[in-house]
Amino acid sequence: MEILVCVKRVPTVGGAITLTADRRAIDTKMSGFTISPHEECAVEEAVRLVERFGGSVTVVSLGPGEAQEQLRSCLALGASAAVLLETAAGAETGPIATAAALSAVAASGSFDLVLLGNEASDTGDYQVGIRLAHLLGWPVATGIKAIAMADDGASLTAARTYRGATETFTLPVPCVLTVKEGINLPRYPSLPGRLRAKRAPVTRVDGPQPAAGEIRMTSLRLPEAPKKQATVLGHGADAVPALLAVLTEIGVL
Amino acid sequence: MAVYCLVELDDAGVADVSLRALTFARGLADGLASPAGGRLAAVLFGGPPEADLAPYGVTDIIVMSGIDGYAPQAWARALASLLDPAVPDVPLSGVPLSGVPLSGVPLSGVPLSGVPVRGVTGASVTGAGGAVAVVAAATDRGNEVLAHLGAITGAPMAANCVTVSPAADGAWALVRQRWAGLLLEEALLDGSVALLTVATDAVSAETQDSSASVSAETPAAFASASAAPVMHRVSASVREADLVVRAVETESGTGGASLATARVVVGGGRGVGSAAGFAPLEELAALLGGVVGVSRVVTSEGWRPHSMQVGQTGTKITPDLYLACGISGAIQHIAGCSGAKHLIAINKDPSAPMMTRADYAVIGDLHEIVPALVEALRDRAGP
Repeated sequence: MEILVCVKRVPTVGGAITLTADRRAIDTKMSGFTISPHEECAVEEAVRLVERFGGSVTVVSLGPGEAQEQLRSCLALGASAAVLLETAAGAETGPIATAAALSAVAASGSFDLVLLGNEASDTGDYQVGIRLAHLLGWPVATGIKAIAMADDGASLTAARTYRGATETFTLPVPCVLTVKEGINLPRYPSLPGRLRAKRAPVTRVDGPQPAAGEIRMTSLRLPEAPKKQATVLGHGADAVPALLAVLTEIGVL
Repeated sequence: MAVYCLVELDDAGVADVSLRALTFARGLADGLASPAGGRLAAVLFGGPPEADLAPYGVTDIIVMSGIDGYAPQAWARALASLLDPAVPDVPLSGVPLSGVPLSGVPLSGVPLSGVPVRGVTGASVTGAGGAVAVVAAATDRGNEVLAHLGAITGAPMAANCVTVSPAADGAWALVRQRWAGLLLEEALLDGSVALLTVATDAVSAETQDSSASVSAETPAAFASASAAPVMHRVSASVREADLVVRAVETESGTGGASLATARVVVGGGRGVGSAAGFAPLEELAALLGGVVGVSRVVTSEGWRPHSMQVGQTGTKITPDLYLACGISGAIQHIAGCSGAKHLIAINKDPSAPMMTRADYAVIGDLHEIVPALVEALRDRAGP
């Protein structure tokens, strides 16, 4: 089966987030870039499906030229082709334009399945996969944590957790799924994989221009720092009476 | 002018997250430029709410029928039909419910208290051009349905909003969460209809009376606030393709409180040390009537399943108490638990971010403190 996986270059966020002076981006001078955990799982899931059923995995990313770094990481994990929809450095492309650009790539191949992360970890728009599916006229399910192909390959079941219960969707192929971390445990790239990824070509295509009719970010800010100092109730098991008093005070007991 | 709010039902009736979304939507409706503020219509699929929504400023309740179970695209299509200006207006005086218990309301288009139900299918609350916004809680379903609605209507959608207010030229100025709330985005949203999901951990549910008592800015337009909502029954018209993707529950929940809605969550992180190390935490959670949540390292070590993960890529929790044991507090984890009302941390390292962030901290080894706490709670419960 032919699978397209959509990934996004996002800053690696570790300790504290700092913003650039114009407050329009995260300051990445001291950090690197990665893709969202959900997307790492999407790549892994695609590679596993292809290992089992044959076919190939193509990865696509919309972003600056540097995003080919993330595409090469995906190639190292087992994807065999990569497409970069290149946008200007520092430009943010909204979810409507992103979905439109991705749909052109999806429609240009004969894909059975398009996988995305449930949401990008930076903007968290929760909609690119669904808009993409509507543009393709394909069914879509989101938040998926298990995928099982039907024996005839004509459909699949996709399951997710909803309020502690498992709900399952049956979708005809081709379809779009957005997946969540937990669907699998992504592998580490192998050495041959990394060597192959270095040499593999990345197809570069001009990405969309910023469009009207989208949400327009004016600035970013950090949430107000949480109040006061923590009250230390004590050390070790000696703190248990104080803990009980607090639990009573806040109404838990 | 009206604001529509998708209301989700759970075992307890109207989901708490939907009450938060209604509170947000009411604020939006109150800001509308009409004499008594805009109308706020709660939209439900499946059945009428058992809870009284009038205190939340709901003026209209729209019960959608004709879709079996949860089919996200079909729900969105039904919402889209409410926004369609081609749909005839429904007189708002159509079905007053005053004095009629909600559970006893016959909804199938029969005369109610002598008043014929008019326009019972394809009804819109306000008629042409009336809808200014559709709001939902930023749950898996809320985000999904509104994204479908955005795709169907072509309108932009903003997820995880914290505040919204009218801006110049018919746009909306909003603040929304990025990075699961670690960062806030100020943005402008165009579009004739704003599609907004509400960050579930950033807005609290408030009835109008309670908000009036704490805020002097409350508009005087609440005079008619407690009038019973007008009930509309709408038979959803959807397309065959909208029903292709439909949820079937294949495994029911554990019956216990779920992580997202639990009142008490006992968290365990790297400091727990092993899968077996969770036994005392589970006992503690049971004694406190709560559930166990874990940090990302715990699920990547395979000590506990990913469904128990609290954080940006797991579950966002909003308990009364989060008791974090042996969790250092990576910011992706903080993003998932910052909606907790009270935060207590137990950790060997007093400088761990979770310890400095907590309301209360106990310094020491959780393997000593948690069993001691369990024992004390057992003693307290008596023999």
